[in-house]
Amino acid sequence: MKAVIQVRLKNGVLDPQGKAIESALENLGFSGLENVRQGKMIEVDIDQVDPKDVRQTAEAMAKSLLANPVIETYNIEICEE
Amino acid sequence: MNAALLVFPGSNCDRDARVALTRACGHPPRDIWHTECSIPNDIDFILVPGGFTHGDYLRPGAMAARAPVTRALVAHAARGTAILGICNGFQILTECGLLPGALIRNTGIKFVARDVHLKVERTDTMFTRAYRESAIIRMPVAHMDGNYFADNRTLSKLNDDGRIAFRYTSDPHAADWVTSAILANPNGSIDDIAGIYNEQMNVLGLMPHPERACERITGSTDGAHLFTSLIEHLS
Repeated sequence: MKAVIQVRLKNGVLDPQGKAIESALENLGFSGLENVRQGKMIEVDIDQVDPKDVRQTAEAMAKSLLANPVIETYNIEICEE
Repeated sequence: MNAALLVFPGSNCDRDARVALTRACGHPPRDIWHTECSIPNDIDFILVPGGFTHGDYLRPGAMAARAPVTRALVAHAARGTAILGICNGFQILTECGLLPGALIRNTGIKFVARDVHLKVERTDTMFTRAYRESAIIRMPVAHMDGNYFADNRTLSKLNDDGRIAFRYTSDPHAADWVTSAILANPNGSIDDIAGIYNEQMNVLGLMPHPERACERITGSTDGAHLFTSLIEHLS
């Protein structure tokens, strides 16, 4: 089963890359843009069948490595295919 | 002083650190590879050098902070061993929880490699006792992610407890002091923070490179006093 972990910067943490993306988009003619934020997405296939177990594993991975709680938050999606 | 130098895949300031430590101590430090599970008990100073451990993948220092040797480092820190993290070493110390806060992308989104000026915030610690009081010193920075961030609560605790070690400041001899003041903070660090201590004051992390400022040929010898301080303290 696949777990998708999205990691994003907390509100209030400066995101200079997001700002650069925002001004690049504005240079391309997109207008009315605000608060462009860049995050990360990590996909992982986990050899478990119960979605609850998969979520628990993904949660443990996010807590121990994938996100830094000082600056980031995360959310987890489980893809049953 | 019995120094150890932690080496990870992608460490690249370990050689400069080795030269600086060898000059300061009269004998070379013990190199400890990242897969080691223990750091000998007779070691009384551990240096975590700069570099781009594990390619800075995920977050700078994130992988190195989970290495076996880092668990041993955390155990040594609890016993009061002096620990210094420089640049990527500072990032590793925040990632493994020995120091609070985080180091995020420079506000200018560029790699910054130049000399900076630092105010030594206090000179009564094991790392800074050889500096003059309120000294302003010069050493180089070379980093992409040196922008120190901490939430307001952490920040006021750091300030209240006197745990700010160094702050970026302007060049006291600059002809153009306005430009110098604007350029003082190279990365956008909150409160101009360049280095901090842990609660027990035996762990120091800083973004600038004292090991690159130990010989006159490199343009500054201001970094050498940091190692002198430790030797004074530990002997």
